[in-house]
Amino acid sequence: MTAEWEIVVGLEVHVELATDTKLFSAAPSRFGDDPNTNVTPVCLGLPGSLPVLNRRAVELAMAVGLALNCEIRPSVFHRKNYFYPDMPKDYQVSQYDQPICSDGWLDVPGGSRVGIERAHLEEDAGKTTHLGGADGRIHGAVGALVDYNRAGTPLLEIVSRPDIGSAAEASAYVEEMRAILLTLGASDARLEEGSMRVDANISVRPAGSGELRTRCEVKNLNSLRSLRSAIDYEARRHIELYQSGEAPVQETRHWSEDGRTHSLRSKEEADDYRYFPEPDLVPLVPDDEWIDQVRAAMPELPASQRARLNECGADPEDAQVIANRGLAPLVLDAVAAGADASRAVTHAVQNLALDGAELLEAAQLASLVQMEISGQLTATQAKTVLGHMCERAPGAGADPSAIAAELGYEAMDSGELEALVDQAIADNPDAWAKFCAGESKVAGVFVGAVMKATRGQADGKAVNQILALRRGT
Amino acid sequence: MNAARAIAADVRTGTRRATDVLEEFLGRIEAHDGDVHAFNAVTAERARATAAAIDAAVDEGRNPGPLAGVPVAFKDNLCTRGVATTCSSRMLEGWQPPYDATVVQTMTAAGAVMIGKTNLDEFAMGSSTEHSAFGPTRNPYDLARVPGGSSGGSAAAVAAGFAPLALGSDTGGSIRQPASLCGIVGIKPTYGRVSRFGLVAFASSFDQIGPFATDVADAALALGVISGHDPADSTSIPAAVPDFEAALERSVEGLRVGVVSELTGSGRNDAAVGGGALGDAAGEVLDGIDADVTERVFEAADALADAGATVGRVSVPAVTYGLTAYYLIALAEASSNLARYDGTRYGLRVEGADVEEMNRMTRRAGFGDEVKARIMLGTFALSAGYYDAYYGKAQRVRMLTRRDFDAAYADFDVLLSPTSPCVAFRFGERADPMTMYRCDTCTIPSNLSGDPAMSVPFGTGAEDLPVGVQVMAPALGEETMLAVAAALERAAPPLPKPQLVEGAAT
Amino acid sequence: MEDATAISTDQVAHVALLARIELTADEIEHYTGHLARVLEHARELEDLDLADVPPLAHPYPLRNVFRDDVASPPVDRDEVLAQAPAASGGQFEVPPVLGEEA
Repeated sequence: MTAEWEIVVGLEVHVELATDTKLFSAAPSRFGDDPNTNVTPVCLGLPGSLPVLNRRAVELAMAVGLALNCEIRPSVFHRKNYFYPDMPKDYQVSQYDQPICSDGWLDVPGGSRVGIERAHLEEDAGKTTHLGGADGRIHGAVGALVDYNRAGTPLLEIVSRPDIGSAAEASAYVEEMRAILLTLGASDARLEEGSMRVDANISVRPAGSGELRTRCEVKNLNSLRSLRSAIDYEARRHIELYQSGEAPVQETRHWSEDGRTHSLRSKEEADDYRYFPEPDLVPLVPDDEWIDQVRAAMPELPASQRARLNECGADPEDAQVIANRGLAPLVLDAVAAGADASRAVTHAVQNLALDGAELLEAAQLASLVQMEISGQLTATQAKTVLGHMCERAPGAGADPSAIAAELGYEAMDSGELEALVDQAIADNPDAWAKFCAGESKVAGVFVGAVMKATRGQADGKAVNQILALRRGT
Repeated sequence: MNAARAIAADVRTGTRRATDVLEEFLGRIEAHDGDVHAFNAVTAERARATAAAIDAAVDEGRNPGPLAGVPVAFKDNLCTRGVATTCSSRMLEGWQPPYDATVVQTMTAAGAVMIGKTNLDEFAMGSSTEHSAFGPTRNPYDLARVPGGSSGGSAAAVAAGFAPLALGSDTGGSIRQPASLCGIVGIKPTYGRVSRFGLVAFASSFDQIGPFATDVADAALALGVISGHDPADSTSIPAAVPDFEAALERSVEGLRVGVVSELTGSGRNDAAVGGGALGDAAGEVLDGIDADVTERVFEAADALADAGATVGRVSVPAVTYGLTAYYLIALAEASSNLARYDGTRYGLRVEGADVEEMNRMTRRAGFGDEVKARIMLGTFALSAGYYDAYYGKAQRVRMLTRRDFDAAYADFDVLLSPTSPCVAFRFGERADPMTMYRCDTCTIPSNLSGDPAMSVPFGTGAEDLPVGVQVMAPALGEETMLAVAAALERAAPPLPKPQLVEGAAT
Repeated sequence: MEDATAISTDQVAHVALLARIELTADEIEHYTGHLARVLEHARELEDLDLADVPPLAHPYPLRNVFRDDVASPPVDRDEVLAQAPAASGGQFEVPPVLGEEA
């Protein structure tokens, strides 16, 4: 970026809330099922059907709002009217001028604070598949198929203020948002799968001017990398326009694989959505008692988790990885239960990028670390046991000593191990002579033999100790 | 005796068979519905099966419920599983919902037998049933006249003796006005008293389902069955359902009855209201209300005074603006509610080169003239630049109406007015849209406020045609409203029998 | 609303576009007359000073109506698709969707 221009970015983050059912109907809210199997009359907009608000979706929205330091306010759902085949009622129910969350902020790791203008609830649309066009594109299509499974999925749209000044900061903002959503269990927040979608409002201004110039909204950013690239591309485009005496037009643009943004054709009717209060729903008025209950049920947020992990000795990168994986409570609680902090952090960073890891019990991680420290398990065995612990249902059956026993990882009787070492010495007299002559690296011959005999279960450290004893050093 | 409660009592005790009762009504439909056209569909086979099941239950000593064996007609905008629900529109011709409306479930559970689906103005938009895509319904009192609307089919069915009970929906008067024009009782309950789940929406913040019956007691019986909280409707009121039939026994002595000045004019000075202890309330009088209709309202007030009520005049100034506010809000909601008829998921489709053209061609062919006009009016009222002047302002008038009614109910227990400004009119007589909209002048205020209101027959007007008096009450005040209606019914002069069914019904 | 007629043919044509209703020029004329007559009447609201009156959206003052996050059985897909104008492979089929395209 040239010195005389600065980037101004505001982000709209849409997240699918992790509810069991849809925002206004009891249809399962689930991916990957056969088309149109998770639908009720409400999802299909059948005549006579009526919406009823999902309490859990509201509570998740409130929790996200509280985590983003927002005020939780009374809100009213509106209808946003426009025709599209995957919009079953040809209007979208959304909170319009009275969102449930407003005026908050998010501290982005690295120092800056980004204002949150609002976060509001709305329903998702279904999915349209274009038939016959090249690569499933609209252009040249001969028809389309509509699946309403996704229609009505609860979305929370989180709108930042234009406080973001670079592509890197935008990326960090989204990562931090994602960590918060995961920590709250509010969403699985996967950009690539569309359960988290980011639109960027991008403009530029002369550095230090503080003005807000014409912005373009860029859509189709389905990875952090596209977010960063699109911001840099679009900012450069704006600067070039200004430098050549022109100006950008306020419009919606599409980020595409070719590394550029493209203008979307806009329709005459597109911006007249005729919002009005949804008469089929009544006002949503959270009182202080309810807000306090939601607040009290919230887990520790990532920023605070990272600070405590740092205190445990984790470096900032490891702390971030652990927090982003949702493993901070596990690690912190295990340390509180007496686990060696360094081993616990190492496991969380190196061995726990696994589904189900966040379901481990801290006490069990602590006892696994203890077994490792006391020499009952080797580092390799500990990793294997950990993998088994993650696969099992939380609670019963994930006890590390039971799993170790099942795997035959009993710490070997020292007499038995000594016998195996002696056998290895007897089988390799030449190597033994070299070892006794001071060639320590041939120890691998005996360790290898013992490992082979025990199918990898022996503790290499213990074998080396016995060898040293036998040599008399 | 073919009142619903008599049928139910006889069927429960085994005195009459539900199947015999049904055949009697089916016979009358067969003989006369060709003239009246109250029904879009008569569900005879299904009804025979239901009636047989009720008889079997009685034989086994079980109680089939308070409406045991009572044939009931449902307005064709109430969803009935597996039975076409058309809203009298080409758009939904043949559409079979995969579910029953809550009221259809509760009526069926109470032992009622669905006998058919009744005609209406397309999507309930009209006051004469002339705007049905399947042809108009005729008034059993005079086949050259309209039955009112939009629930004209339900009203005509009950008036003609095709069914002792029917359900309709009332958005701006669509139950009360046809009840008035057909000489029967019709109730619009408190908004939220009866679940709207399964009612095809016209204007969601006004729509309310209610019963038609030949007398107040039958209407109260049906109202009790369909009332109650429904978790499937967010606007359903979680209030206990009173014993509406018991309310009929209540005396009106000491009740304060207010005659709405704006809807009746200065009236007679010799009537009880003229010298009422609560004095005179001036107000701008709406024009277009027939003198012989207001005369019946004053006679009704006199009758209540004779029965011991205190009668006075009351001004509800905002009703003057009610019609305009109602149309702007109702049509705005309708424009959105009817967007879903786009040819994609159900109902009519007219093909087009792309989706947009398919939508436009489908809606061109599927909607009638009146529906198109109303959708466009509502779309305009919400569109950029006009929202504040039209929709926004209308919502404030709605609040004004709410406040004026609250003030009136501080002094009065119930209010009286005409139901319809006129008796049944001839086909084509009210072709101008504003003239037709004015049919709802007296009924619309209660839709704006959400309060309950009902029409009860009270004498006749021009051409000896029935006149209905409207009894209005504050929210959830149905019991007092019914007590007053019952008193009016007792005092009312006998109505002539409908021309069509003279000698056949009752 | 400043001009003599409450609505013009151009406005009606635009509204028909928003409402996705295909109309001929004659029909636009017809509806312009219809809408104008009704909107003429709406002018009576212009003189009302309602600045201090809040809007009323719901006739009965309910708030906070929810359901629990518990799934109930979906509708039968075959029953619903049997009512659709066109269906294919368990989905609703429509003509090509034009419009927004990069």
